[in-house]
Amino acid sequence: MLDDVLFVVFPYLTFITAVWVGIYRFRNDRFSYSTQSSQFLENRMLSWGSAPWHYAILTILTAHFVALLVPSIWASAISAPIRLYILEVTGLSLALVAVFALCVLVYRRLTTATVRSVTTPADWLLLALLLTQVALGFWVALFFRWGADWYLHTTVPWVVSLVKFQPDAATVTTLPWVVKLHILGGFAIIGVFPFTRLVHAVIWPISYLWRPHQVVIWNKKLTRTSGDGPR
Amino acid sequence: MDIRAQVSMVFHLDKCIGCHTCSVACKNIWTDREGVEYQWWNNVETKPGTGYPTLWENQDEYKGGWEAEDGRLQLKLQSKIGTLGNIFYNRRLPTVNDYYEPWTYDYEHLFNAPEGDDQPTARPISLITGEFMEIESGPNWDDDLGGSPVYASNDPNVGSLTDEERTQLNEIERVMFFYLPRICNHCINPGCVAACPAGAAYKRGEDGIVLVNQDKCRAWRMCISGCPYKKVYYNWSTGKSEKCVLCFPRLESGQAPACFHSCVGRIRYLGVLLYDADRIEEVASSPESELVEAQRGIIQDPFDPEVIAAAKANGVTDGMLQAAKHSPVYKFVKEWKLALPLHPEFRTVPMLYYVPPMLPVLAKMKDGKYDVADAEVEGLKPQLTSLENARAPLAYMANLFSAGNEDIVTEVYRKLIAVRVYKRAEKVGDITQEEAQEALALGNMTAEEAEAIFRLTALPSFEERFVVPPLAREVAIEQIESPYDRKREGGFGSRTAPGRRW
Repeated sequence: MLDDVLFVVFPYLTFITAVWVGIYRFRNDRFSYSTQSSQFLENRMLSWGSAPWHYAILTILTAHFVALLVPSIWASAISAPIRLYILEVTGLSLALVAVFALCVLVYRRLTTATVRSVTTPADWLLLALLLTQVALGFWVALFFRWGADWYLHTTVPWVVSLVKFQPDAATVTTLPWVVKLHILGGFAIIGVFPFTRLVHAVIWPISYLWRPHQVVIWNKKLTRTSGDGPR
Repeated sequence: MDIRAQVSMVFHLDKCIGCHTCSVACKNIWTDREGVEYQWWNNVETKPGTGYPTLWENQDEYKGGWEAEDGRLQLKLQSKIGTLGNIFYNRRLPTVNDYYEPWTYDYEHLFNAPEGDDQPTARPISLITGEFMEIESGPNWDDDLGGSPVYASNDPNVGSLTDEERTQLNEIERVMFFYLPRICNHCINPGCVAACPAGAAYKRGEDGIVLVNQDKCRAWRMCISGCPYKKVYYNWSTGKSEKCVLCFPRLESGQAPACFHSCVGRIRYLGVLLYDADRIEEVASSPESELVEAQRGIIQDPFDPEVIAAAKANGVTDGMLQAAKHSPVYKFVKEWKLALPLHPEFRTVPMLYYVPPMLPVLAKMKDGKYDVADAEVEGLKPQLTSLENARAPLAYMANLFSAGNEDIVTEVYRKLIAVRVYKRAEKVGDITQEEAQEALALGNMTAEEAEAIFRLTALPSFEERFVVPPLAREVAIEQIESPYDRKREGGFGSRTAPGRRW
């Protein structure tokens, strides 16, 4: 019963919250979609925190998603032991970087008066959740080795079952409690995502790459027909 | 030809008295909120000096604006891919210490302090943290400090001067300074717009005003670095970038922007320029010494029938064209070639132009007579005609206004001097007509031109200084949305207060 609540109801609930509130917020309060960068107030410690944190966590998340979306390719990628070793060592080091960088960011927020004054309770909650989550992830990577492999046979089938609306939590309920906490932590973060500044994660401005440098906005339809026309 | 209209500006530096009324008018209207206290959309700097934020002109450090390599124009900051890569930490961002920590004072203490032997004081309190603080810098920290070894000597424009010229700047007997009021240049090749990955910064097509869409801004902070003039500021409270809006709500109702309207020295002019948008890239990537001339070239004659036809085909309104014909900016920039862009080498093609200040020549009383120092000739003539005796080295002015091209600055000064000599000969009569004619010839201008320049400089009416075009946005907007539906469905204006809610 508890397992059903934790591994079926909770994931659906958090995911629906994320999508629904996220869209509601985007439609009704687009102004609030901001990274709320505090680099203006503190620069030095941020350089040791922000960049390593983002690069490490994004790589780790990408690995999680690739294994989830294309398990067969992932499986063949780790079929040779040497590749599995490299992947595990890389994952572990990135997790270490993420933990270190996030600690820097937390320390920065605690000790810099200017940054502390622009920090809301939601920011603290998010930081606490993220720190717990990456610490747990690091723990799992360190003490439950070959996660790159067993992830394919435990979490992946469970998530696939959730996506297919035929929920079956059997493959994850038997996992050690640390791993379970890591899974739940992930969905907890998805649940708080739309209520925090984390929304900036879904508005990464990739379209900048194909946009012309200059943005010119006209208040009316142009009568001019020749040439490319102003954009 | 892709003719567009641009609301442009001229600041006549000779008339600026450094009173900061413009800054205060702007602050009272736009930046008296939390998060923007430190933002001076209009500020007045003392030159030579380090400016605001400190050393903003030093693009080796800030990497603002563009660079042209092999005629290809690129943001100095980084490539587009570089933008996405550096988005988590912007190495070129000025921080609060490069501006100042905004503060108020503990005024209440003056009333509540217990009785004692000493007068109570009002200690400064940080507007960011709310805690007591030490004031270490402020918005005009180097005001009037020309000649200062800390501020004036560290002016980035002094960098390329010869030792002799540097001495000239800082020698106590020759110390000079002037004021440089700055607002957003509303460039036609803006670095802030190009650097914004979110597409929040944009240029209005009809009038060229550069704005930041607050709903689209995501605090990626690249605009602040991309703007070489550091005229986009970060609101630390809302997490949005803000900038000078050229008082567009005032312009749209036919009024001059607040800083223009309130200007005590009446140094400011506002008017429409027509320019050929097809040539922006070509102009912005010209060789450095030709940048000013290229920028003059992109500005089109509002009386030329071909230009008018192209502008109309582009949707430029008749009212706008009419305003362009009366534009004081067109006269100063294109007709008389007196006003120059600030730092054209940043290649953003700024649309705010400056008439450089005529600085007094070095002179002293000798045997009861006022003599220009080191000039062989006695009397007034050398004072009025000799550029070599000006207290400010021409090279310094060239670094500010013509990307180092001294010929262009010299040309401007010859004209300014010609007007002075001509009018002095006429009004005071202590200069001979031959000398006046000689000065006019040197300035390459006619007596009529000198008279017109004098009139628009010294005696312009309010309407002559500010030729605000009818922007007619309330009409134009009907083409893309129905105002009545909009009013019924959405109401007026912003529906949510700018601030953190989540």
